[in-house]
Amino acid sequence: MRAFVIAVFAFLYLPIVLVVLFSFNAGHHASEFTGFSVQWYGKALSNPFLVEALKNSLFIATTSASLAALCGTAAALGLARVSVRTRAVFDALLGAAIVVPGVVIGISTLVALVQLFAVVNPFLASIWPTDQPPKLSLGYGSIIAAHGLFSMALVAMIVGTRLASLDRNLVEASGDLYATPLTTFRCIVLPQIMPAVIAGFLLAFTFSFDDFIVAFFVAGAQTTLPIYVFASIRRGVTPEINAIATIVLVASVLLVVLAQWQLRQRKQAN
Amino acid sequence: MHGNILRKNLVTALLLGPATVWLVVFLVLPFIAIAVFSVGERAPEGGYQAAFTLAQYANLPARATAFWNTMLLAPVGALACLLVAYPVAYYLALRAPARWRLILLALVVIPFWTSLLMRTYAWMYILGGRGIPALLAYVGIEDVRLINTPGAVLLGIVYGYLPLMILPIYVSLERLDRRLLEASADLGATPLSTFLGVTLKLSLPGVMTGFSLVMILLLGEYLIPTLLGGGKVFFIGNALVDLFLQSRNWPFGSAIAITLVLVSVVVLIAANRISTRVSGARQVDLI
Repeated sequence: MRAFVIAVFAFLYLPIVLVVLFSFNAGHHASEFTGFSVQWYGKALSNPFLVEALKNSLFIATTSASLAALCGTAAALGLARVSVRTRAVFDALLGAAIVVPGVVIGISTLVALVQLFAVVNPFLASIWPTDQPPKLSLGYGSIIAAHGLFSMALVAMIVGTRLASLDRNLVEASGDLYATPLTTFRCIVLPQIMPAVIAGFLLAFTFSFDDFIVAFFVAGAQTTLPIYVFASIRRGVTPEINAIATIVLVASVLLVVLAQWQLRQRKQAN
Repeated sequence: MHGNILRKNLVTALLLGPATVWLVVFLVLPFIAIAVFSVGERAPEGGYQAAFTLAQYANLPARATAFWNTMLLAPVGALACLLVAYPVAYYLALRAPARWRLILLALVVIPFWTSLLMRTYAWMYILGGRGIPALLAYVGIEDVRLINTPGAVLLGIVYGYLPLMILPIYVSLERLDRRLLEASADLGATPLSTFLGVTLKLSLPGVMTGFSLVMILLLGEYLIPTLLGGGKVFFIGNALVDLFLQSRNWPFGSAIAITLVLVSVVVLIAANRISTRVSGARQVDLI
């Protein structure tokens, strides 16, 4: 059985190792390794379209993960205070946000936003005092919102699990000692849920940064890194992509390790 | 006292407010929108035109190939994933040395959270003309075609979703009371019947969670069939991208999307039913 497990791990890591190895290839082709070079990193980072896509992805991932961490945490705290029935409705919706395939989330967000813009834009134009009314369109906002939906649900679930295992005695003791609810939250609840919030943020960031399919539908004229990479792959594989893939892989691994470490802290605190 | 309750309700409302708005505006309303679209008509210049007709649903057979491919490869892919994942989860939960367990588990999780696009693209290399076929030609086996075949898509599926299958099975095996295994052996059961009667049976909720999750995600898969199937192995996801972004037939696309969601719901309910019946336990929460 051990041999099988080793084979599976090799299977999991073979493509990753190859991408990293060939990102340092001096030659132009994927078939043979002709020497060590960092030229593809230089080429990738001096490609203005690629750098623009990278910046867009970083901005979108940071914003949507931050919003998701805030709203998801607030939702988890709120859910601990409502009736069983309300909670069940929320849990079903949060579960749906996670389980519904990305392709459907992308489509439905696109369809709903286009309808919304069709109503809001003429209205804005009619009430705006100048000739240049603001015009809502697909772009950063729609990607952030669509990514945030999944991420918020993820954060609410992770933080909710942590809240459920929180020691109620500590909260009651704090109240008995005349701490205000706000003080109790700041000194007792917040430190205990913080690792879950941070882990949720990091996973949300990773998801948003890597997501292709949802962004593909709602990006409008914007380009994110996965959309750029997908387009380049379809044009033909270039070694530049290996360099970018390596940077993204290393960054994702660091973030996931960080998130896991935060969750581990949480377990040790118990 | 009254003011206190009021304040408590206000705080609860404020906490849940942003999430509620988000869920309603970006989940509930969009879903209602595609439901409405799915009974509409395609506008002449593309997009949607108000109508009430079931013609879009009657037209579903026009995309029968995409449905057929998805409905075939999703369960087969999930099953292949399961067959590879179970021994790994079993080893991690019951056989691996304790100090290695978490490290190995992290090694399983890391690929799942790294870009599926990048990892699938690596397989384009490996299966493409300069990869394995070139190696095979080296030893005299010529003209092997690997990429752009259903087999390549299946491989991509197993590769991409393996971690998602391993995790829930691991969780249910890890919770297993080891004394039951000893008891079974003490009562004279062979290792095989202990495995079938105790281990496998008690891990079924995890198996069902993994299987239904992977299957539902596969129903909407787009990247793997596109990159490794080369446009030949079309999935429902590909049909949806085509209908919404290229041919701009939104009502027909909506009808397909609604059908996809309904199939997913049926899969989830069926998995839950089977899981409850088999083990009397609910499915394992993944997070």
